[in-house]
Amino acid sequence: MILLNTMMPGQVVLEYSYLLSAIMFVIGLKLESHPETARKGNFWAASGMILPMITTLVLNKNAAGEGIGLVNVIAILLIIGAGTIVGSIMARKVKMTAMPQMVSFFNATGGAASAAVALIEFNKDPNNAVLVTLLGLMVGSVAFSGSMIAYGKLDGKVGDIFSKVMTYVNLLFMAMIVALILLVIFGGFDVQTRTYLVYGLLVLSLVYGVSFVMPIGGADMPVVISLLNSLTGIAAAMAGFIYQNEAMILGGILVGAAGTILTIQMCRAMNRSLINVIVGAFGGGGASNAEVQGSIKEITLSDAAVLLSYSQKVVIIPGYGLAVAQAQHIAHELDSLLGSKGVEVKYAIHPVAGRMPGHMNVLLAEADVPYEQLVEMDDINPDMPNVDVAIVVGANDVVNPAAYDDPGSPIYGMPIIDAHLAKNIIIMKRGMGKGYAGIENFLFFNDKARMLFGDAKSSITKLVNEIKSM
Amino acid sequence: MENVLSFLTANKDAIFIIVLSVFLGFEVISNVPSVLHTPLMSGANAISGVIIIGGIILVGHATTTLEWVLGSVALFMATLNVAGGFVVTDRMLEMFKKKKK
Repeated sequence: MILLNTMMPGQVVLEYSYLLSAIMFVIGLKLESHPETARKGNFWAASGMILPMITTLVLNKNAAGEGIGLVNVIAILLIIGAGTIVGSIMARKVKMTAMPQMVSFFNATGGAASAAVALIEFNKDPNNAVLVTLLGLMVGSVAFSGSMIAYGKLDGKVGDIFSKVMTYVNLLFMAMIVALILLVIFGGFDVQTRTYLVYGLLVLSLVYGVSFVMPIGGADMPVVISLLNSLTGIAAAMAGFIYQNEAMILGGILVGAAGTILTIQMCRAMNRSLINVIVGAFGGGGASNAEVQGSIKEITLSDAAVLLSYSQKVVIIPGYGLAVAQAQHIAHELDSLLGSKGVEVKYAIHPVAGRMPGHMNVLLAEADVPYEQLVEMDDINPDMPNVDVAIVVGANDVVNPAAYDDPGSPIYGMPIIDAHLAKNIIIMKRGMGKGYAGIENFLFFNDKARMLFGDAKSSITKLVNEIKSM
Repeated sequence: MENVLSFLTANKDAIFIIVLSVFLGFEVISNVPSVLHTPLMSGANAISGVIIIGGIILVGHATTTLEWVLGSVALFMATLNVAGGFVVTDRMLEMFKKKKK
């Protein structure tokens, strides 16, 4: 498109609409980085998407200078209409707790679209921008199958496979993919052979996406989704490269960079390197050499109710258990009830609690918990020794003191919320099972800790009733 | 080697855009409060649906069966990504707004 500088007014409008769209993406992402302007930012980004869709539909011309025919325009409008309806309904119906799966699913569809576009472009012209086309095909396919597995895992449809062998299998797949790409570009084969090789690349990339996400355990799922998200962006940018389309290149790379930044931030929060996440299967039960000391003690509902009612400072530490049990509304009822008794209640938010960064914030926001009550890990930790009761609701690894004490533990060095420093600790948990990372939690054996077994929602409901009846 | 040189020359503009976009992306995104991580990830995910432009161009000039079928699939998938992505993001952000009152 850039090459056809014949100054057709339509082409100029089209090119500059892409520039405008790219600017709108940047403004949108910028606004989305601040709580007050975030919603406006999403609107800017969405407008930045609609604009080039319209201009492309009206003004796009192929190499021969032909515009989009009427039949094709109708087909495009029908497909987009159907996609919009289906996508919006899915997005409207999904529960807040299932949000990570939904994002992962939409990410998969984006990856599939990029792979399909790259595949057709290769078929059209096997000699045009081959490297970029192949990269788009490969990255898009990996993002698709990887995101589908991540979706299945989060939805509980797909289990984990932990095996050291997978590390080597994945390295082998990666080497084969690189070899295939090099073969197609530099092999000097005829078009027929190259086409077979490209289909081989497609299959291999799909398989690699599966085998790449399969062994990665639950604790690392947020990192993986973020990484796959950036891959989809890169795949879209590669497709943009084929068309020399600025909106696609800039939008895709922006997402690639954003996903990378998020991925790195998440890895830091868990004190692990990205390579470690990708190569080392986490959650298979890292051998810990520390002996657990102390014993598990339970607390009765009435004791818990009394303890909480006569406290001054209470901190609730939510985890994935809160999301699974849909206990966010009743948790808010508990904090309002205690608040009415003059107890200061705050929520301590660990950056990777739940299955996505900010997962807990979204859930608690849904339950109308005021913004000021949500305190981030680094801000709450200095105050933990002054806290009378820390209530751990369905969180596990993010409060495990093994991160400080046990160099043999897989989470050693990960920043945690210092629940163990509170004067009393109440732990709500379904049973004595280990956390998602499969590590023994020393906090449960702490002298100050008392367990309240049961589903988070029913436990908190009973607790609320108990406090009310006091 | 000649391939590489001609590739770099022919695609100079696109390469410039890509390299500068990477820096732009880092600058725009860094220093986001963790409250916004999930919505931002979702919003960025919606933007990656920009492949929808590619889908429009493909179906717009589709002639062979393969182009029609794969192009339609690509366009439909990309629309799911875009529409679903923006709606989900809006739903999350809507809750943040409500609670500010």
